[in-house]
Amino acid sequence: MPELASIRTLGSIPFGGRYRLIDFPLSNMVNSGIDTVGIITKNNYQSLMDHVGSGKDWDLARKDGGVIILPPYGELQNSTLYGSRLEALKGITSFLFRADEDFVIMTDCDAVCRVNYNDIIENHIRRRSDITLVYKKREITDCNEKITTLDLNEEGRVIGVNYKEESEENKELYNCFTNIFVMKRSLLQNLVMESISRNRKHFMNDVIASNLKTLKINGYEFNGFYAGITSLQAYYESNLALLDQNVSHELFGDRSVFTKIRDSAPTKYGNSAIVKNSMIADGCEILGEVENSILFRNVKVGRGSVIKNSIVMQNSVLGENCSLNCIITDKNVTITDRKNLSGSLNHPFYVGKGIMI
Amino acid sequence: MIRKKKCVAMLLAGGQGSRLYALTNNIAKPAVSFGGKYRIIDFPLSNCVNSGIDTVGVLTQYQPLVLNDYIGNGQPWDLDRAFGGVHILSPYQGKNSSDWYKGTANAIYQNLHFIKQFDPDYVLILSGDHIYKMNYSIMVNYHILKNADCTIAAINVPKEDASRFGILNVDENDVIYEFEEKPSNPKSTLASMGIYVFSAQKLYKYLEEDNGDTKSSNDFGKDILPKMLNCGERMLAYEYSGYWKDVGTIESLYDANMDLLGDKPKFDIFDTSWKIQSRSPLAPPHYVGDGAKTANSIIMSGSEIFGEVENSVLASNVIVKKGAKIRNSILMSGAIIDENSEINYAIVDENVFVGKNCVVGNDCGSKNNITVLGRGIKVSDGVKIKNGSMVDKDVTGEEK
Repeated sequence: MPELASIRTLGSIPFGGRYRLIDFPLSNMVNSGIDTVGIITKNNYQSLMDHVGSGKDWDLARKDGGVIILPPYGELQNSTLYGSRLEALKGITSFLFRADEDFVIMTDCDAVCRVNYNDIIENHIRRRSDITLVYKKREITDCNEKITTLDLNEEGRVIGVNYKEESEENKELYNCFTNIFVMKRSLLQNLVMESISRNRKHFMNDVIASNLKTLKINGYEFNGFYAGITSLQAYYESNLALLDQNVSHELFGDRSVFTKIRDSAPTKYGNSAIVKNSMIADGCEILGEVENSILFRNVKVGRGSVIKNSIVMQNSVLGENCSLNCIITDKNVTITDRKNLSGSLNHPFYVGKGIMI
Repeated sequence: MIRKKKCVAMLLAGGQGSRLYALTNNIAKPAVSFGGKYRIIDFPLSNCVNSGIDTVGVLTQYQPLVLNDYIGNGQPWDLDRAFGGVHILSPYQGKNSSDWYKGTANAIYQNLHFIKQFDPDYVLILSGDHIYKMNYSIMVNYHILKNADCTIAAINVPKEDASRFGILNVDENDVIYEFEEKPSNPKSTLASMGIYVFSAQKLYKYLEEDNGDTKSSNDFGKDILPKMLNCGERMLAYEYSGYWKDVGTIESLYDANMDLLGDKPKFDIFDTSWKIQSRSPLAPPHYVGDGAKTANSIIMSGSEIFGEVENSVLASNVIVKKGAKIRNSILMSGAIIDENSEINYAIVDENVFVGKNCVVGNDCGSKNNITVLGRGIKVSDGVKIKNGSMVDKDVTGEEK
């Protein structure tokens, strides 16, 4: 996803009006009672560090445990920027070693869902699994990059790992891997050390797939709302999915997705405002029309302007009599008076950070 | 170098606010919600922080639970400091005596030891029931420049309102020569805002004297200030010309909320150069559904709007169901208005539930007879509540 991720790391991509992608896994962890969290970063992690800070907004600013950002070159032996998940894990061996928790949960930042990791760990223990891989059963219809799918036997044990390169419409349901792993900390340490010593590179192929026979690797089906943010199109669709009140209530109903708190004023509607089926964050000022859209904090919509099917990120300003249709604007975008921009539902048009049109 | 603070602020937040009736049954006045996102105390607290004053004592007495919870360690205002920061000062039991705060001056007197540990040069006394944005550092500098012992912030009020205030009569150098408490024939229109800067040593002296005086009512306005004037202390008026509202009554609280609305609101909370900080709710952005209307209103995160909202202020997590109409009203956080109910000229407090097809207030309402639904009450389906009612219990069936 070069558009949104070129200026920031995946975890700090804005999502859902006031959140960043990392808020979802972080909040899931906090809500599951996990209070030791390491965030492995690779590049462009300035915005992530700014967002996470000391972790106090997630209640993760702790003396014992808490959140720690693990940048590359963090340890003496990390002399090169890691190129794979496996190398990244090797780079944090001392963090893994110091921890005293029994289990490790690994997740990527691009998974928007509400999941209770305790349920997965319980399932992991009950089934005497060595490794648990969480999957979501779904059709593969979007033109994403590679999707990892799991073949399971009747007991739910993983017997094969495949990659689907999406091309044509496919109505079949696949067990799509969510990139959430659970295993014992000691097992992870051993697997990482062994693979490194054998100069292996690919975590999924060399550690998981090659051990399907020797380790008990089980699948765990996740049934809730799940959005994998793997492309701009997926980003667009999963944002707009929040306009479905069922989805919104599943994610936010119990008010426990945490994020960095900013002090925006409430949103103000003028007399001429017309708003339909939209999600509007605090601090906006709306004098025009907004339909089927998501507005982040502090967005200004001038008189006579119309926003449809769009995602407008924070601090963007629309002048008067503009129109946006199927547009994603990044932060701090300015659209001057009487400009018309249009993308299409299956190909939204992206306006980069800080651009003035 | 000795660790000290130039100025310590003391915020009087213990008042019951009995004129807010149902709104302050269970909470102190400074904890009353305002402007969708705020509580009244956010304004003086934010003013302190924005003015560079990082040491604030908050004097609480009446129903302090919500207020104490809200302030917590002061982190939302950046007042969680190692030296200084915000401190809640409740009445306490001493070795020789223990007492509730008898008056505003007595409340400060009982906490002199708190002030003295910061060894300040100046002490700023504030009220917890005013809505305004003010740079106190300018006032403190004025106090220093004018070589004053006490400086009182003052605002020009309309002549017809002057008899409701404490009036300051000043000479051409803004030196106060007379106080008039709620005069029937005011000589000037300069009203005290209840904001005082004292040179610390003078404050200590007069508070200690006042405590020894058994006839005193231990009040700043009634006792301390007149006494200082009689003793020939140099007392200055600091004239303030911005927006300021004492929200001690239902009508003024309503007015101040409505002052946030409109194209050019009388009071601007969007101004990023003087941010009002508050403890923000953890809610997703608000949702406006198909067929909803949101005109000339303020709406906060977590709310879900399926009905019509006009000329109103809605706090966080408010639900307005289909067909419901909210006009000229203030809905505080967690209020739920069920289908086809109408709310007009009303203040609906936190976590109130209004059932289907209810009518609360009507178009004949005005700011002089606002209907108030108190914290957490339930109004059953189909109930009609007359303009100007003050409701603090669940309402079922019969007309009220």
